[in-house]
Amino acid sequence: MNDEIERLQSALRANRPSPPAECQERALAAALAAFDDHHQTRSKGAVQAEYDNRRRGVWWLFLPVSNWWLRPAFASAITLGLAVVLFVAYLRPFTQLSSLGPGLESGLQEQDWEGEPPDTLSSLTGVFTSAESAPPLGLSAAPGGRAMRSLAADRAGGTAFRDQGRDRFTAFDPNPVKVTAEEPVSTFSIDVDTASYAFMRASLNQMVLPPQDAVRIEELINYFSYNYALPDSREAPFAAAVSVLPAPWNPTNRLLHIGIRGYMQDPGAAKQANLVFLVDTSGSMNAPNKLPLLVNSLKLLLETLAPQDRVAVVTYAGAAGIALPPTPVAEKSRIHAALDRLGAGGSTAGAEGIRQAYLLAEEHFVTGGINRVVLATDGDFNVGITDPQALTGFVSRKRNSGVYLSVLGFGMGNYNDDLMQRLAQNGNGNAVYIDSLSEARKALSEEATALLFPIAKDVKIQVEFNPTTVSEHRLIGYETRMLRREDFSNDKVDAGDIGAGHTVTAIYELTPAGSGAERTEPLRYQVAAPTGSAFKDELAFLKIRYKLPEEETSKLITRPVTSADAAASVEAAPREARFAAAVAAFGQLLRGGRYIGDYNYDDVAALAQDARGQDPYGYRAEFIGLVKLAESAAALAPLPSPDTINGP
Amino acid sequence: MTEPSDDALAIRAGAGDREAFAELLKRHYDRIFRIGVRVLGDTEAAADLAQEVCVGLPGKLTSYRRKGRFTTWLYRVVVNAARDALRRAATRRRLESDYTALKAPDRPGHSPENSESVWLRQALGRLSVELRTTLILVIEEGLGHAEAGKVLGVTAATVSWRMHKVRKCLRAYAVKEEVVP
Repeated sequence: MNDEIERLQSALRANRPSPPAECQERALAAALAAFDDHHQTRSKGAVQAEYDNRRRGVWWLFLPVSNWWLRPAFASAITLGLAVVLFVAYLRPFTQLSSLGPGLESGLQEQDWEGEPPDTLSSLTGVFTSAESAPPLGLSAAPGGRAMRSLAADRAGGTAFRDQGRDRFTAFDPNPVKVTAEEPVSTFSIDVDTASYAFMRASLNQMVLPPQDAVRIEELINYFSYNYALPDSREAPFAAAVSVLPAPWNPTNRLLHIGIRGYMQDPGAAKQANLVFLVDTSGSMNAPNKLPLLVNSLKLLLETLAPQDRVAVVTYAGAAGIALPPTPVAEKSRIHAALDRLGAGGSTAGAEGIRQAYLLAEEHFVTGGINRVVLATDGDFNVGITDPQALTGFVSRKRNSGVYLSVLGFGMGNYNDDLMQRLAQNGNGNAVYIDSLSEARKALSEEATALLFPIAKDVKIQVEFNPTTVSEHRLIGYETRMLRREDFSNDKVDAGDIGAGHTVTAIYELTPAGSGAERTEPLRYQVAAPTGSAFKDELAFLKIRYKLPEEETSKLITRPVTSADAAASVEAAPREARFAAAVAAFGQLLRGGRYIGDYNYDDVAALAQDARGQDPYGYRAEFIGLVKLAESAAALAPLPSPDTINGP
Repeated sequence: MTEPSDDALAIRAGAGDREAFAELLKRHYDRIFRIGVRVLGDTEAAADLAQEVCVGLPGKLTSYRRKGRFTTWLYRVVVNAARDALRRAATRRRLESDYTALKAPDRPGHSPENSESVWLRQALGRLSVELRTTLILVIEEGLGHAEAGKVLGVTAATVSWRMHKVRKCLRAYAVKEEVVP
């Protein structure tokens, strides 16, 4: 039966190649030289280091300016990079979008020179064209995605190549179940980034499940705007909506759903914006779908600005240069002309460009206005300061001067999420990962206000559970945002910001005391949880701390969660809570579904479908489409997490 | 004293330990070279590939994280590099069809061509790169299907499926060989 295999096996054994000795020596010598070189430069901290490793990506350099909303997302690969950022007028039609900020993420990408050319073009073109017609659904990217996949499929040796498995994500384990009697308190920072969602979508549109560590459940949940009640005034900049519903995947358990919605800025109170677009025009941008897409995205952003806002354009390639001095948006044709003149070529002196851009922003600083550098790039910086440390330091010093940085990045394949996260935690900027023109629209025009106009910073949430009523609790997502209990009231500890109209949602899964559904076994020697306390009606006590944007002392909002907040069945729960629960279930499924039993993609789709509500822009409909895609992708011998690989 | 594990060496090398790095290379150079020969079908190309991989390792090791076995990680690096190399070669010509046409016998370090090695070369050349790589990892390198899957970025089920295809291809080839000797 297995004759051929056995024959092959013995033939392989008989013909085992041995390397010519001189080849081996040469290779070892070269490798040691590379090793010395690598470690020397690294230890100097320097500038050249990234040059050697430019595939590893560099963009992080830029990024961060803000604390938390930026998170990273990047991706890279094939696609393009652009970064744009957004700022913009809040004035705009925000009114009805309650939005949550898209966190910006940045995507940056790094590009791998060896592999990509052919497929880059084709896939990009697909994405580009489909996005151009701009249906609101991110699904629009699907045709391109499909093309890519077939390219990537077993045709090695063929002409198509999609960079895969080079994306880097910080590995983390899902938050564990905690026993209330031992750890009654749970503390975390809010997170309004959405990079993970965009990355997941781009991945699923290629029919590939995203790596588990790329899925940050809180970012998936917070991608959507939820229609929570608005706060009444700026004094209390946000309101908390709390509901308790049965866990869809385990009826004995309850979900505690906490929704926060930021105060909406009065449209009449818009501040003047002083924006400097810093555009990467290096050779790596020289793909039909990078620079042109970048230019289109910036034009989109222009549409959301008020006529008196000022915009400048700085380019950086081999040398940095000012392509457009600060110009009022009223002179739109001049700005368009400058953007259209941009051409790609040369290496990337990213750091020099950043310096120039900051200089320009500082020269035209608008006191009390929005001063921001918007970096648009594919992240391939290879000349000048390429040391992430130096760059992060630079960016955070500039933050203190009042100039913030935002980043827009594109691409997938060697997205360095890890680095983006580090950068993101350094400044007051935002990073957005955009995988299509429709995503650009969401981030740049619909939600620009939230991004530009923080209404509270360092927002932290602490929940104390009542052991009388809750025996176990588990926070879904936020693994990378957990804080120590004592940090809650320490105003020195940084946390996430919240923008005008942003919504932030957190979900806990609770095991009611006495339900018998506990995952942890009772202990023999420990004293049982006290019963009969005075708070029999309360499940938990919610505390939120925040600082107003100009203040350094935090304020506290508290609220008990009582049985009055509980819904008897999933169907009876508020629609927004049900939708958030569906997204949370989806995120957990993508991460392996450790705590959700046999709840499956169909259940998620059904739950989300019921809770779609108005969905004016089709984001929720898109989500349901993604759930279906994930089901198909999972069925198709999915890629396991490339994390195991950490490879090239 | 026991020898340090690959994993320990890799972590030390990543942190800048030159000796650990040299030791690691010594242990694994043959392996790297061998995969290159099998996948690329040519010793010269394999030597180039091995050198390229070795030179790239210092950078990659700095981000090496202890997850699974070192060799799994290394296979992954080598397999990816080999794929890249094939891809580059393919832009010049379709390498797969040329595989069997490559001059084989007169290379240094190779025993004279016998019928089995001709058969082997032709059999490997007939398989797609994916199948060939999978086969080498499983048969020659002795990886389990799950581990090979990790190297290749696919599930164990996919590896099993590919091995099944390999068998089918080889059998079909054997039949053909008899008909057309």
